[in-house]
Amino acid sequence: MTLGLINANPVVHERRERLSRADDPPHHPYPHLHPHPDDVLDALDVFDSVRDIRDPEHPYSLEQLSVLSEESITVDEKLGRIQITFTPTVQHCSMATVIGLCLRVKLMQCFPPHFKVDIKVSPGSLANEETVNKQLNDKERVAAALENPNLRQLVDECLYSSELYSY
Amino acid sequence: MELLDSSVDLQEVQKLEGHADRVWGLAWNPAPHNCGGASAMLASCSGDKTLRIWQMGPTHHLDCSTILEDTHTRTVRSCAWSPCGKFLATASFDSTTAIWKYVGGDFECVATLEGHENEVKSVTWSSSGTFLATCSRDKTVWIWEVQPGDEYDCVAVLQGHSQDVKMVQWHPLVDVLVSVSYDNSIKVWAEDGDSDDWHCVQTLNEGSSGHTSTVWSVAFNSSGDRMVTSSDDLTLKIWDTSSAISQTDTEGFASWRHICTLSGYHGRTIFSAHWSSEGVIASGAGDDALCLFVEEKGNSVEEPSYRLLLKKEKAHDMDINSVRWNPKDQRILASASDDGTIKIWELREIS
Repeated sequence: MTLGLINANPVVHERRERLSRADDPPHHPYPHLHPHPDDVLDALDVFDSVRDIRDPEHPYSLEQLSVLSEESITVDEKLGRIQITFTPTVQHCSMATVIGLCLRVKLMQCFPPHFKVDIKVSPGSLANEETVNKQLNDKERVAAALENPNLRQLVDECLYSSELYSY
Repeated sequence: MELLDSSVDLQEVQKLEGHADRVWGLAWNPAPHNCGGASAMLASCSGDKTLRIWQMGPTHHLDCSTILEDTHTRTVRSCAWSPCGKFLATASFDSTTAIWKYVGGDFECVATLEGHENEVKSVTWSSSGTFLATCSRDKTVWIWEVQPGDEYDCVAVLQGHSQDVKMVQWHPLVDVLVSVSYDNSIKVWAEDGDSDDWHCVQTLNEGSSGHTSTVWSVAFNSSGDRMVTSSDDLTLKIWDTSSAISQTDTEGFASWRHICTLSGYHGRTIFSAHWSSEGVIASGAGDDALCLFVEEKGNSVEEPSYRLLLKKEKAHDMDINSVRWNPKDQRILASASDDGTIKIWELREIS
């Protein structure tokens, strides 16, 4: 059986120019990211860590599909909170929970574990918005999903895919 | 003994390390002497797929005496001791519940309860020791009857919740079961005396002043006439069954009403609440904090109310998933966290 694509013709945007922080001094708390002058985690650090996650359906990144932008991320370093709002490409995107799982896993890998992460779809972007938001923020459901080999594989493919940017 | 705000403190007396992942559940053995333990014995279960038994030694410190592994293939979400203290049940995301028996100094897996379609989230033993109950993401609650020879028969599959069931807890005196769910509701289940059929006798939802988001936990007070529930809506709710019927009558514990909502104390999901036999409610939440509440005495004219006794901010480095008072020592509290540790706290009076 061939499954049809949920969004067969997504709008692809150009990737934004990377803001270079490479000249900043070393010894920052998140060494895998661009060094940071004042050692404070901000929205750009978070965006840099998730922008290249591949969409579950297309060989494009979440940034290219405008699922995410730096503006859709807020960080409160003092309170230890990261909030991400993402916009699925279509109203009935069944891949929204997979995208949410990818974001959660990536943040777990990249940032100190004490950060409280809230992930939501942007208001009005999804028909079953409330259901998806509830599921993505139930840590027991997330933990169980990540122990499911099929789902885990799907998430890993989005996180580690090399098929990206096949313009 | 009356506890006053200004005169108590919750002091960390020990930190138990060893689990390689988040610790989900805790259970103090109600009869450790039946299980090779001289005094206190605590079981903890984790995302690392294992269960650890912590035993109190002569120096009054808990040490890990046993690790039960290689039985569950996924997260062990919940654990519960039988009332006699000789059996331990573990519920796992691998969709099974294992029964462990203390034999000749060791814990042996004597039964595996299968039937749930996916993750089992909670297991509880009835006070009589006759029944077990389990619940799952498959939206059902199963009741198991304990038979001779380590056999467990499923006597009921209860359907009623519209979403996954987060926790089940038996009443401390009678065979009445309470379940709480991702569908925001609390359900009370009892056996029909004539037909041996189990059915839902009450549903507490938003319309009954209940919770507006996932209900994560439920616990009873020692006399069984009140229960506390905790939720993703950031509140704790106290429920009361003031019945004139004698305490041995099941019907008397099948009609609950909301008497009090505790809100504004936790900033994130409240994953666990537990009631000490002294009447102190402990709560642990996703804001890494522990809170203790007691009943406000003196205003007998009005509805009963509860007040904050103390709040311990940053009790753990990460979310707190379970809080449990030691039934053998009512001033000792255990808390389990996503940070992989268990902490033992003592409620002390400051002189």
